[in-house]
Amino acid sequence: MPVEIDIDHVAKLARVELSDDEKARMRDQLEVILEHAAKVGEVAAGDVAPTASPIPQVNVFREDTPEPSIPHDAALSNAPAERDGRFLVPKIAETGS
Amino acid sequence: MSELCDLTASELSAKLRDGEITAVALAESSLARRETLDEKVGAFLTPTPQVALERASELDTYLATGAPQSGVAGIPLALKDVLTTNGIRTTCGSKILETYVPPYDATAWTRLSGAGSVLVGKTNCDEFAMGSSNENSAFGPVHNPWDLDTVPGGSSGGSAAAVAAGMAVWALGTDTGGSVRQPASLTGTVGLKPTYGRVSRYGLIAFASSLDTVGTFTRSVRDAATLLGVMAGKDHRDATSLDADVPDYTEGLDAGVAGLRVGVLAEAFGEGVDAEVASAVRAGVDRLTALGAEVGEATLPHAEYALSAYYLIAPSEASSNLARYDGVRYGLRVEGDDSIEMMFRTRGEGFGPEVKRRIMLGTYALSAGYYEAYYGQAQKVRTLILQDYAAAFERFDVLVSPTSPTTAFPIGAKADDPMAMYLNDIFTIPANLGGVPAISVPCGLDGAGLPIGLQLTAKALGEATLFRAAAALEHDLGLDMRPPLLAA
Repeated sequence: MPVEIDIDHVAKLARVELSDDEKARMRDQLEVILEHAAKVGEVAAGDVAPTASPIPQVNVFREDTPEPSIPHDAALSNAPAERDGRFLVPKIAETGS
Repeated sequence: MSELCDLTASELSAKLRDGEITAVALAESSLARRETLDEKVGAFLTPTPQVALERASELDTYLATGAPQSGVAGIPLALKDVLTTNGIRTTCGSKILETYVPPYDATAWTRLSGAGSVLVGKTNCDEFAMGSSNENSAFGPVHNPWDLDTVPGGSSGGSAAAVAAGMAVWALGTDTGGSVRQPASLTGTVGLKPTYGRVSRYGLIAFASSLDTVGTFTRSVRDAATLLGVMAGKDHRDATSLDADVPDYTEGLDAGVAGLRVGVLAEAFGEGVDAEVASAVRAGVDRLTALGAEVGEATLPHAEYALSAYYLIAPSEASSNLARYDGVRYGLRVEGDDSIEMMFRTRGEGFGPEVKRRIMLGTYALSAGYYEAYYGQAQKVRTLILQDYAAAFERFDVLVSPTSPTTAFPIGAKADDPMAMYLNDIFTIPANLGGVPAISVPCGLDGAGLPIGLQLTAKALGEATLFRAAAALEHDLGLDMRPPLLAA
């Protein structure tokens, strides 16, 4: 079962910049991999429940006891850019003119 | 040459207890081995000799008081570089985390460290643990100590090579689809993937959260049992960690396999499996029979779909987990005109080809219109594989197969063919989908002198049974699994 992929669309969803070379190679490789992966469709599994976790656990709670968390400066220690104790990023919204 | 660093942890622990050796001398032995060999092997990304020597020195002072000593105290350990270490760089083999210094420790390491473990360094791996040859590391490949022109397997290739060559007495890796067992097989070490949730994933930098496990590389089955006993158990920082008792796994290790029901997975000896691998594993099964095991033929009827299901489920989870690398809070940032452009560029430059491939694969499998056919169907196949295991473990205590269909292959041989590379994990993947424990033990060498691994699988939380069967085989075969490099 041949698979066709809109690489530009998927790269946009994944937020990954790809060169034209990468896109061409990726398209060929993903189509081969997905053709193999599509084998899962050969299994008649209409009434089979999906498994998300092999050893499912529900309602895992711990005692609501306060504990120290990572100190503020440690949490910021790997920030590519920071200012005033906050992560600094390029503008995320237009400002009014 | 046989030096301290070539002994097993249990032998070394006894020598430490008897005051025959010091922890400092032992650490120096492992560190010296790394200095001699690692230029050729490339196992370590961040060696930590100072940390090791300081720790060993503290331990010597402590041990001199005659205080109680855990089985891991003073033993040199290496950690795969996807496990976080407070204050020590943790890269995941990726350019995107090249300078990342975590502010917290992984729970597995916290527990070992608390019991006196001596960290000798962080080991090379495939980027974000994605790969089966260690060629996907952004910092260069690892060379198999058995033949430097071949791969050590992956993704935990650095940990495997370090233990095989004596640069660490034992090491932790992670196993999402075979990343401990396959490199263990290719390097002649013992590789354990515990039950999903047996060891906390806290601080294991996530690849595929429903499959990821912390595993061990050792030079004996007993050592694997010792390490697991210290690491295992509930951790409130990982909601999926299991709240089950942790037995003393070293107890009953030598009980033998008389009456043990061993199922041989018939489908694991067919096409694509090296004849020498198949025959060595069959010979291992014959030894189990000779030792009194009741051997029969087993089957996992849906195992043939496991690889396909895995290459949908794991990339899907990865595409979500790796969304966090956006250039904002940690890791690489490549500037752009706005935050979105920054994100595209950061991820475009920071991730290598295999990681991009899997993010794209997962994104596609989860995207509108394809979700049910790919991800949804893969999850159903996962249910069928769980049912296969349940049926098999009604009849058998352990299942046997080769760990990997081949021995170590030349560096570069499969690098341009992702599908060929994925097939390396065909026998290891089902255990991850099923959440069950599995171990790879050496069972011989091929004609080229490269190690062959035999995989044993047990039901969930059946590690003690695995250890018992693996120890019986190890004892009976009595192999000397030291790479020729060390004889030079």
